[in-house]
Amino acid sequence: MTNLSATTPILLEARGLAFYRQDEPVFGPLDFSVREGEVALVEGDNGSGKTTLLRILAGLLHLDEGELSWRGRPWRRIEHLGDTLFLGHHLGLKGDLSARENLAVAAGTYGMRDGRDVASALSSIGLAGYEDEPVRRLSAGQKKRAALARLLLLPATLWLLDEPYANLDRTGIELVNRLLAEHSAEGGAALVTSHGAVSFLGGEPTRVRMHA
Amino acid sequence: MSHATLASACAATLRRDLTLAWRRRGDITMPVLYALIVVTLFPFALGPEDALLQRIAGGVVLLTMLLAMLLALDAMFRSDIEDGSLEQLMLSPQPLAMMLAMKILAHWITTALPLIVVAPLLAGMLHLPAPVMPVLVYALLLATPLLSLLGAVLVALTAGSRRSGMLLALMLLPLCVPVVIFAAGAVAAAQQGLPWLAPIAWLGAALVMALVLAPLACAAALRIALDA
Amino acid sequence: MANWIPLWVHKLSSPPNFYRFAGVLRPWALALALLLGAVALYGGLVLAPADYQQGDAYRIIFIHVPSAWMSLFIYGVMAVAAFISLVWRIKLAEVVAMESAPIGAAFTFITLVTGSLWGKPMWGTWWTWDARLTSELVLLFLYLGVIGLYHSFEDRRQGARAAAFLAIIGIINVPIVHFSVNWWNTLHQGSTVRILGPSKMSGDMLWPLLTMMAATKFYYIASLFGRVRTDLLSLESGKDWVRQIAEKEGLR
Repeated sequence: MTNLSATTPILLEARGLAFYRQDEPVFGPLDFSVREGEVALVEGDNGSGKTTLLRILAGLLHLDEGELSWRGRPWRRIEHLGDTLFLGHHLGLKGDLSARENLAVAAGTYGMRDGRDVASALSSIGLAGYEDEPVRRLSAGQKKRAALARLLLLPATLWLLDEPYANLDRTGIELVNRLLAEHSAEGGAALVTSHGAVSFLGGEPTRVRMHA
Repeated sequence: MSHATLASACAATLRRDLTLAWRRRGDITMPVLYALIVVTLFPFALGPEDALLQRIAGGVVLLTMLLAMLLALDAMFRSDIEDGSLEQLMLSPQPLAMMLAMKILAHWITTALPLIVVAPLLAGMLHLPAPVMPVLVYALLLATPLLSLLGAVLVALTAGSRRSGMLLALMLLPLCVPVVIFAAGAVAAAQQGLPWLAPIAWLGAALVMALVLAPLACAAALRIALDA
Repeated sequence: MANWIPLWVHKLSSPPNFYRFAGVLRPWALALALLLGAVALYGGLVLAPADYQQGDAYRIIFIHVPSAWMSLFIYGVMAVAAFISLVWRIKLAEVVAMESAPIGAAFTFITLVTGSLWGKPMWGTWWTWDARLTSELVLLFLYLGVIGLYHSFEDRRQGARAAAFLAIIGIINVPIVHFSVNWWNTLHQGSTVRILGPSKMSGDMLWPLLTMMAATKFYYIASLFGRVRTDLLSLESGKDWVRQIAEKEGLR
């Protein structure tokens, strides 16, 4: 992950990105770029706007200032629907549905990667035996895993993961790292926020430092 | 990589909402019970004279449906916002308006359809003449989807706000005045032996307009309400 | 193409410029409103002859009719500003739309109250389900919905955008409501009352009415500008230009 050459194409580039809430600056101006196969760690204190940044990149928030480009062309929200996966504080799981049903809905609306299916995604994420349990009965870590199964199943180039390590045990953290490594090897990119110390499998990731 | 087609996405969204409603089927009966209670109270307030009850039956049933639907409306997007499912839906590579149309359809099937099923019973309790019953059902079949569609736009607007219950009623009132007028007008006309097709046709025209515009407006409203 | 118009609009729509512009115009608008209002009241209540049918009671139209016009006019202004604020995300347009709503609601309320005061001697009842009265009542609810939605949001700009959207839905709704209420009224023929017959109005009555109409317009401008100025100060409280004003005011 670290030895990306400068010739690897840039996927996402931000220039002078800034965001205001009721005219109070939340963050910015911020410059960064993410290359193909790159995993970037978004760092910053509480309230420095890490989640806000990811929500802007997902297209959920309107960008106030600055420019975003995707493969050298201006970024447009509508073109990235489906090619960007967003995992936020709210996991987007229905408590009354089982993990299997939740994933089936996601696959029905987003599509599915070749050679993947719901059952194998759930077993490789460590939820074998819990597929048909209503999600609200799962533990916090298991819920997180059910949400992470989306990453395995759905096709997307850019992953935006807000605190993916929260609530996970050691094997869960390793699982996230393995998912990121595989995604990176396939040429995908990811922006990850985390307030804890993180060690990726491949060593030091790129860092995006937030400052208000 | 297999892309999700619009048809599969619509089916997945509709199936999801219907399954969720089925898992909590106790909630489906609530609006029906509410309507039953309200209609039961009317004769106590107005007196049990057949002629009077007969005259107001159509309007009372219609307004009861409206209020019962209003109560259920608030929940249309709430849980989806709270657990983040709505964000996932908004980011999916599908036209948001179509996905919302499916959600509105599921909401109509789970709240309005049971109400329409019991409507003849409620109207019968108030002695609505049997020949007028079909007109009442036609009117409800057109008026309730209209209310679901208009209500969805307003619920979407209040999605990011702190309180919404009473506010929703205040916002819905001006929008539902025409719906109430034409639906009740059709029933009243049928009761007086007058032609009732015109108001039904107006409702139908309004429904077609709303079917096209309301999901788009709902999508725009959700984007506005959640952009913070 | 006159290039200066968009440029002028652009400059004016910046909050500090509009703050100054409104500050200069507001006293003049208020003075004109009071002057014209006084002239119109004198003309309407003293100079104009009594109506041969309605006697002196008709004189309430000098308040009622201009208010009714304003209630619709302000809704129009609000909807246009709402549209501009949603499409171009101009902060000033949001503020104008949201600060128009309470003024419009007040005019609508005055219209309803004076209408029912007039209705008592004319039709013998405070309230009748006449098409215009009913539409005016629905208009009041539309205004209240917009105001309520605006205030139910934590973030004021987000609330303004949501309420602006509602205002636009409302303006599509107004003609539909009017049409349907008219239809409803013909269905229930018995209770129909016509407010204004196709009567000709004499010049003695017309000029005070038109003067009052101008007075209410100027009052709206004065009131709106005052409200917008206050709002701009609180919305932009972190900005330098507001700080400068605060320091200047503090020295006095």
